[in-house]
Amino acid sequence: MKKISCEFLLLSALFVFPVMSTYAESPEEKGLRLTVAENTFNKGWQDFKANLTLTLRNKQGEENIFTMRMLTKEVEADGDKSIIVFDSPGDIRGTALLSHTHTLSADDQWLYLSSIKRIKRISSNNKSGPFLGSEFAYEDLTSPETEKYTYRWLREEVVDGRTLDVIEQFPSYKYSGYTRLVKWLDQDYKQPVKVEFYDRKDRHLKTLASTEFVEYLDKYWYPSMMFMTNHQTGKNTQLEWQNYQFKNGFTDNDFNRNALKRLR
Amino acid sequence: MLNREEQWASWVLNNRIIVIVISVVMTMLAAYGASRLEFSNNHRVYFGEDNPQLIALEKMENVYTKNDNVTFVFAVGDGDIFNEKVLLALRDITERAWQMPYSSRVDSITNYQHSKAVDNDLEIRSLVPNEGSLNKENIDLIKNIALKEPLLINKLLSPNGRVTAINIAILLPRIDEASELPEVVAFSQNLLADIKKEYPFMDAYLTGGVMMDNAFVEATKKDIDTLIPLSFAVMLIMLSLLVGGIMGTLATLLVIAFSIAGAMGLGGYIGFPLTPPSVAAPIIILAIAIANCVHILTTFKQRFSEMKNDKESDEGDKKKSNKYQALHYSLSSNLRPVTIASLTTVIGFLSMNFSDVPPFQHLGNLVAMGVLLSLVMSVSFLPALLSLLPASRRAPVQLPFLSMNTLSECVIKHHNRFFWGVGFIAVILVASISRNELNDVFVHYFDEKSEFRQDTDFVLDNLTGFYNIEYSMESGESGGVYSPEFLQQVDGFSLWLRQQPEVLHVNTVTDTIKRLNKNMFNDDEAMYRLPDDRNVIAQYILLYEMSLPYGLDLNNQINVNKSSVRLLVTIKTLSTGAVLDFEDRAQQWLTDNTPQVSSSVGTGTVMMFSYIGQRNIISMLVGTTAALVLISLVLMAAFKSWSLGVVSLLPNLIPAAMGFGLWGLLVGEVGLALSTASAMTLGIVVDDTVHFLTKYHRARKEMNASVEDAIRYAYKTVGQALVTTTVVLVSGFLVLASSGFELNSGMGLLTAIVITIALLVDLLFLPAVLIKCKRV
Repeated sequence: MKKISCEFLLLSALFVFPVMSTYAESPEEKGLRLTVAENTFNKGWQDFKANLTLTLRNKQGEENIFTMRMLTKEVEADGDKSIIVFDSPGDIRGTALLSHTHTLSADDQWLYLSSIKRIKRISSNNKSGPFLGSEFAYEDLTSPETEKYTYRWLREEVVDGRTLDVIEQFPSYKYSGYTRLVKWLDQDYKQPVKVEFYDRKDRHLKTLASTEFVEYLDKYWYPSMMFMTNHQTGKNTQLEWQNYQFKNGFTDNDFNRNALKRLR
Repeated sequence: MLNREEQWASWVLNNRIIVIVISVVMTMLAAYGASRLEFSNNHRVYFGEDNPQLIALEKMENVYTKNDNVTFVFAVGDGDIFNEKVLLALRDITERAWQMPYSSRVDSITNYQHSKAVDNDLEIRSLVPNEGSLNKENIDLIKNIALKEPLLINKLLSPNGRVTAINIAILLPRIDEASELPEVVAFSQNLLADIKKEYPFMDAYLTGGVMMDNAFVEATKKDIDTLIPLSFAVMLIMLSLLVGGIMGTLATLLVIAFSIAGAMGLGGYIGFPLTPPSVAAPIIILAIAIANCVHILTTFKQRFSEMKNDKESDEGDKKKSNKYQALHYSLSSNLRPVTIASLTTVIGFLSMNFSDVPPFQHLGNLVAMGVLLSLVMSVSFLPALLSLLPASRRAPVQLPFLSMNTLSECVIKHHNRFFWGVGFIAVILVASISRNELNDVFVHYFDEKSEFRQDTDFVLDNLTGFYNIEYSMESGESGGVYSPEFLQQVDGFSLWLRQQPEVLHVNTVTDTIKRLNKNMFNDDEAMYRLPDDRNVIAQYILLYEMSLPYGLDLNNQINVNKSSVRLLVTIKTLSTGAVLDFEDRAQQWLTDNTPQVSSSVGTGTVMMFSYIGQRNIISMLVGTTAALVLISLVLMAAFKSWSLGVVSLLPNLIPAAMGFGLWGLLVGEVGLALSTASAMTLGIVVDDTVHFLTKYHRARKEMNASVEDAIRYAYKTVGQALVTTTVVLVSGFLVLASSGFELNSGMGLLTAIVITIALLVDLLFLPAVLIKCKRV
């Protein structure tokens, strides 16, 4: 509830600000306003499913490919709920990860192990940890919630004819692996096209580049390709999104422990 | 009609101002390159780009992660670390260690990810909770878990619970080496100082690969700060004692300074890094440059002091002045032997390019350049300068205890005894070469006075080892690491490793999988074993990996496509030979027991240092042989005599062989440091022979002297200078022997021994040989 009122205030501020255009906006306020606008714009899709291909590469050029299906349901006033079902490699086929993400507290996660047909709850301190050993951390992949960070608008940039707002964001989550992120927010897509991640020592750790944006539901622009480079280890990970399908009519019952067992 | 030597002498003395100006300008131009010299702070500089062990290690690092590290070690005086005060201190330090520049991972007993079964679920969390205080019950639990955990014991925790470590993995980008490592070192030392202040109840120590790299830098700096001034001081004393006269000493010092500055400057242009071996170059150049000057100066002084009758009245006509004549004589008579001696020295040092150890190549090239410069300077700049400076007529100091006349008569008279006597000693010593064992302990490159060595020794005595060997085991298919058969073999190797007396710790993913299996069965100890279903194993690891926080993943143990695992083995500090023996046994076991698995050779810094000694000895044997052939050809050409060239082989070869034999009797251990000594000493040792044989040859050919008379002539003309230069060289190398860095001290000591033997062989044995084979 607290969150809604907060967002409401911010939203009203959005409408009020243009009126008081003479009022000098601080970089922090502008960063917040733009992010709120981004997150508000990107709400309302209800649910989707998509196919994912995750390709891990090390410095030696070795590769490992995961394919999976993802089902996600939008949740008002909290993080989204999602299930990821693994299709390959074969030894983890049928294994599925259920996540109830939360904005500030640790996420709830359960893993269904198809080999022993049991569900195990996953420890809670892993938000900063790598996803499937890739260069993506869990916290890089969960839904963007305004309260996860504080913001500072840095500058506007034009790259390849597209206008981008460069915004610095600072994690509120105590055990985050980062001191800050710098995102390049596309003014039309209302999506970041590039994000730089700075580690706990404020050293440049990774860069995420999102490309091949496609418009869905005549409104939402999603990247089909996300490429994460780790500058410290020389490893990289590529995440491809395919076959987006929206408004499948998922309910909360599709995202609980029982649902995990039903999946194929 | 003047011969070429005399023409040169005349030209130099007549154009002395031009000679001096050109020398100074050229030296300054060359010396400017010294501004580009940089300290190398990476121990990998000791390995060439094509070193097979380095290539294997780099491949391992590309597949898994790099293993540079900083290790903090803590010890409590009484009791153990399991009380709230110490554990909370360790938790705090672990947290702060994440701020270490370029750190990629921090491992300690407090953030060790302990897994256990809770209500049918798997709970994975830090052994000491991230927040809050600890009560007695918590502490007892932590103690019980930690002291039983194979991943911790003998690695991060001593079995008695008194000593513990925090290990910080460092990923240096190696883009700006000059600044990156010092950043890490400065942070570590500041943190250490803060810890000592804030937590006085613990003793704190600092070690690890990064600190070792830093120790290399400190050793280099220390040698620059102490040995170079010391060697200058020693040489100054030597010069004033042996040569006498302020002006001669001053001129010689200038020649030396110019040679060193020029060589180091050229090294800077080429891009040689500063390492302890390359910093030995100025000290060696110093000693050799003096030798050249001493020959010119001694002859000049002898001649000048003999011209006492003449008066200085005709100073206006410089061509006729005594000084001019004495200099002219000294220069023209020494030009040839000094040139030949320098060339052979240069060849000897250039043969160090055969070495597998780049810093020794750099040393060889730096000294070679320095010797060439000192040759040019001593036959141009030195006489030109001397002709401008006032000279005293005092004769050079005679060594009171040694009369060359007496010695030559004695050797000629008893040539049989000398031949057989020295020959017998030589045979005994040469036979003792085999007593040398290849033994290099690279932690011991740094002497006990260095902080790195003290801290590391404490860790070695109380906690764990410094030598890490990595093995990669390849299943041959993507995802193959989940195969139960493959893991059984990995487990078998891990168990075998743990049974070896050298092994202190084995980090293996099979321990983690066994523990997970136990957790999945409600912590039933009986289930502490590998599951026998591939999918089960894959999904356990998936679950485990999903539960790990930032920086504590399995990427350092399993490769990206899950086809191979890495075992990290910590062994005791052993000699090179013992390490190679261990590796042989490991490879044999793998061949016998895991034929389907393709396993890597052991890699790591310790393996590189273990192989390099042997490799370097072999390559230096080739180098020394090449140098010997070249030098012999130079001598044959110089003397225009086959037989003299062949005879010269004997006194050139024997000293190094005898030196190594003596080393075998006295020390018995050789390593990287000494493997280059034979090539290095060869070039210097030859000089004595060259000077002696040049005079002998001249007496035989130009004066038609008998063998005995030619020997007497050689003794008279160069005996004194040979003794003098040997004393100078030996004291120079003894300065090097006082280095705190073993590669330098060992090299210095052995070289000093060989040079001393060489003088004895030339004065006592060579004449006897010449008499024995009358024909030459």
